[in-house]
Amino acid sequence: MRIQISIDKVRGPFVRQVEEISGQNLLACNQCGKCSAGCPVVAAMDLLPSQVIRMAQLGMEEVLESNTIWICASCLTCVTRCPKGVDLPRLMEALRQVSLRQGVAKLDLNALPPELLREVPQLAIVGGFRKYMR
Amino acid sequence: MGIPYYPGCTLSTKAKNYDRSGRAVAAALGLELEELPEWQCCGATFPLMLDDSMALIAPTRVLYQAQQAGERVATLCAICFNVLRRSQALLKRDPEMLERINWFTEQEYRGDVHVAHFLEILRDDLGWEALAERVVRPLTGLRVAPYYGCLLLRPYEEIGLDDPEDPVILHDLVRALGAEPVDFPYNIECCGSYLTVRDPQVSETLSKDIVASAREHGAQVIITACPLCQFNLDYPQRETEAGRTGNEIPVLYFTQLMAVALGLPEESWGMGEHYVDPRPLLNEQ
Repeated sequence: MRIQISIDKVRGPFVRQVEEISGQNLLACNQCGKCSAGCPVVAAMDLLPSQVIRMAQLGMEEVLESNTIWICASCLTCVTRCPKGVDLPRLMEALRQVSLRQGVAKLDLNALPPELLREVPQLAIVGGFRKYMR
Repeated sequence: MGIPYYPGCTLSTKAKNYDRSGRAVAAALGLELEELPEWQCCGATFPLMLDDSMALIAPTRVLYQAQQAGERVATLCAICFNVLRRSQALLKRDPEMLERINWFTEQEYRGDVHVAHFLEILRDDLGWEALAERVVRPLTGLRVAPYYGCLLLRPYEEIGLDDPEDPVILHDLVRALGAEPVDFPYNIECCGSYLTVRDPQVSETLSKDIVASAREHGAQVIITACPLCQFNLDYPQRETEAGRTGNEIPVLYFTQLMAVALGLPEESWGMGEHYVDPRPLLNEQ
């Protein structure tokens, strides 16, 4: 894939918004890949967590199309291990927020098997509303 | 007077067995948990975005309600514990945010309630040796896999309950009860959390790996401190039309195992509400 890199994008409004919501300096990441190596849900992701931060660094808004930001369960394994102290779960949250604030909703409880919905603990539903809707 | 206690939504509904066994165990050990007279949901997720303080209102209200009852508040639910402990840490280091939330709620939270997990109270107030002395029915030979999950441990900077990569607190508890802790590599892996309401097949894959790993390492039972971990590990093992595989492992709250070892009456165990019934195994003990 050819990617056009420009200062307008790398220092553009998308990067600024993501840095503001997450409080993270995206360029602190040096792409060591430790987050992707230890991520327990990486098998279900279309992009590796380290690829998500790389695309965000380059100002590539198409990263919002990735399922990775919705599969991340904020388990905080990566932040425990990041040698640069990057809080990747906060970056994932920022990307979800950018999406959600554009009016996207990513949870449809009606799509769940009714027997699961009957049994699931309340906090999973409350947490799901918090993470996938606005 | 007992220790002020915040049960949270799930322990009042789907995880009543955790609440019931927790209170019974605490009372038997002289650490009575006294429910806050007034409380509401903590929000179930610690807000990770910095530009929206609305999600901090619910946990701050809980902290204020706890402040009215004393200097610390005990929790059992690992998620409530995480949300409240992190919110407390944030409000402590950000007085401006504290002021802002107080202005909105019209409540004066002062910012210094200690949020404790009941495991921490067992370790630090009572101690493992004192607990071991209270055991009347030692679980000798029972191989127990301590499953920690995420939110009891991470992030270390704000939670600081135990080593985030190599925790021991549940291991020590298991030993104090006379049982044998089983080490397994998935003991701090995520169970999928609330992915279970969006991508249940993803969380089910995670939880099956965790249970399989515990089994391969010889565990007979798994213990946890989180109602969502309990559900995510137990529910995929339920009896389906295909029947049972015979490889099921019961998933208990640590308080239930304690209730057995402390010889508490069976009605406090709450063992009838699991998808994999632990009673046949425990009756052998």
